[in-house]
Amino acid sequence: MKSHWQILVVDDESVMAESMAAWLREDGYAVDTAASGAEAVALARSNSYAMCFVDLKMPGGMDGIETMMEVKKIQPEAVVIIITAYATVDTAIAAIKEGALEYIVKPCNPEEISILVQRTIKVKNLQRENEILRKKLSRKYHVHDIVTKNARMQDLLHLTREIAGLRSTVLIRGESGTGKELVARAIHFSGCRAKARFVAVSCAALAETLLESELFGYEKGAFTGANAQSKGKFELADGGTIFLDEVGDISPKLQADLLRVLQERRFFRVGGNEEIRVDARVIAATNKDLAKLVEEGTFRDDLYYRLNVIEIQIPPLRERREDIPMLAAHFVDRLNHELGRAVECLSSEALRVLMDHNWPGNVRELENAIERALVTCRSTELTRDDFGFLGQSRNSHTWVIPPNTTLADIEKQAIKVTLERTSGNVKEAAAILDIDRSTLYEKIKRYEIARA
Amino acid sequence: MGDLLVVPIGEVENHWLQAAAACAEAMLHMPAQLLNPLPVPPSALHAQRNQYLSTSLLELLLPVGRERGARVLGVTELDLFIPILTFMFGQAQLGGRLALVSLARIRPEFYRFPPDPALTLERLRKEVRHELGHTLGLVHCGDARCAMSLSNSIVQVDAKNDSLCASCLARSQDHLRALQSGGNS
Ligand SMILES: [Zn+2]
Ligand SMILES: [Zn+2]
Repeated sequence: MKSHWQILVVDDESVMAESMAAWLREDGYAVDTAASGAEAVALARSNSYAMCFVDLKMPGGMDGIETMMEVKKIQPEAVVIIITAYATVDTAIAAIKEGALEYIVKPCNPEEISILVQRTIKVKNLQRENEILRKKLSRKYHVHDIVTKNARMQDLLHLTREIAGLRSTVLIRGESGTGKELVARAIHFSGCRAKARFVAVSCAALAETLLESELFGYEKGAFTGANAQSKGKFELADGGTIFLDEVGDISPKLQADLLRVLQERRFFRVGGNEEIRVDARVIAATNKDLAKLVEEGTFRDDLYYRLNVIEIQIPPLRERREDIPMLAAHFVDRLNHELGRAVECLSSEALRVLMDHNWPGNVRELENAIERALVTCRSTELTRDDFGFLGQSRNSHTWVIPPNTTLADIEKQAIKVTLERTSGNVKEAAAILDIDRSTLYEKIKRYEIARA
Repeated sequence: MGDLLVVPIGEVENHWLQAAAACAEAMLHMPAQLLNPLPVPPSALHAQRNQYLSTSLLELLLPVGRERGARVLGVTELDLFIPILTFMFGQAQLGGRLALVSLARIRPEFYRFPPDPALTLERLRKEVRHELGHTLGLVHCGDARCAMSLSNSIVQVDAKNDSLCASCLARSQDHLRALQSGGNS
């Protein structure tokens, strides 16, 4: 949500400052203007600005660079953009050395400023997300924060508490969106390793060679671009926990490497000949049936047994529907805060819709649905209409199949709907449909399905 | 509640005014009234840039709106700018009464393409919806097909529809309902 961010425009010419402010406001930002450096500094004391546009040449006491430096003393995080005319570009370049992110020469192409603002805000959003996450790490990811009254889930939580203090490898299984990482974090943060790091790696996201250097690090000169030695995730997780998500997707070579680390607790960096010893607890997760992959010969059986010392199976949301009201309330509460909304509750009809939905994307889909409803909701209560987008699937257990429907028609429809639900994310859709990505790509092509 | 007034600034061919009025009527659900052209204030011209200061022209509309209008839509052939930007397609008061659209940069001729009145008309409709949307408090929309998405170039104008996305439409209708139930914004 960009509207949370405030921007400051500093220029002694009021036409310049006001017209720019108006233009930025149309983009959804809250914008203040200041006619002098002193005014800017005063505003910076009582507001928090994501970005400041400062005109280089201002008469009187403070010029643009001085203004920037004073503002930065108060708000070191603020991104400052210097506005300059052609004649003073040299001075503007000097301003970069003093801490300005960028300078723009007026008049400037609107696209250039838009891109600059979007890029900056994107970084700001990421930084804030990380901050929220860090705060959550310390208080939220304790076992008791997983919202449930389902008996199977409670058994599972009981188990996570029991194994938190052990060093044994854990394999977490569950459909996409069931919260495998959340359970892994819960194990880490309620055990004696909580003070060290929890390092998560998604094994499906990276190509084999990248994943290898990501996991084990590399030495300087190990490959082109390796300009300095770099630690891998295993080293970073020393004393803590490494979470290997989608472990079913790794190549045979990496399976062998991983097995060696699990057996001997040591490894070589890529291009290195010094053995590194680590004490990292391994928690792996997968939405695949690893036992079946072992049978088919695509996953090593010895690795499977090493990983599967303790197995945790997270039930899909449709098998713990009694948790939906609590989870929904929990997400409303949290997302209200993050999105700056003031929705108080869900109507009973809205709750009915949520209870009846099949949730193929599980808890994550529920969270996304609540977020989407909050964004468009215009009152203090979420109603059935706010969840209209769940419509088609509401009756999914009473399918109507028209006459002359072919199996291909049904398959095409299933793929289309799933892609809509994942906003076009093929990887996620493939996981939900339980086929692999390349197969899904083929089918998308064959059925000529348009992607959002 | 006042009227919807369509005001040419400088000379504007009648058929563009009619088209802009029809589009505004459909969006705001109120009858439009076409006023006589306002003369271009010489002070709005930036001689070196040969462009007109957009905020000065909006100010020109201010008394018109205060006297009679619920909404005032200015239409001009003049090429608009604000000091920081090389140009603007149009401008509006966010959540206010005034909107301004320019024909200067939506004609294919500006980009050395052959004249195409149908294309110009389509672009005009998008810009009218967009600027009036701002007067209804809408900010830029992330959906590139929505008329409320930000257009920094003619390519982006052409990429969007002349209609609002569901979310912007719902918001604009809320705002309109509030207007019609007596509240003057
Ligand atoms: Zn706009
Ligand atoms: Zn929109």
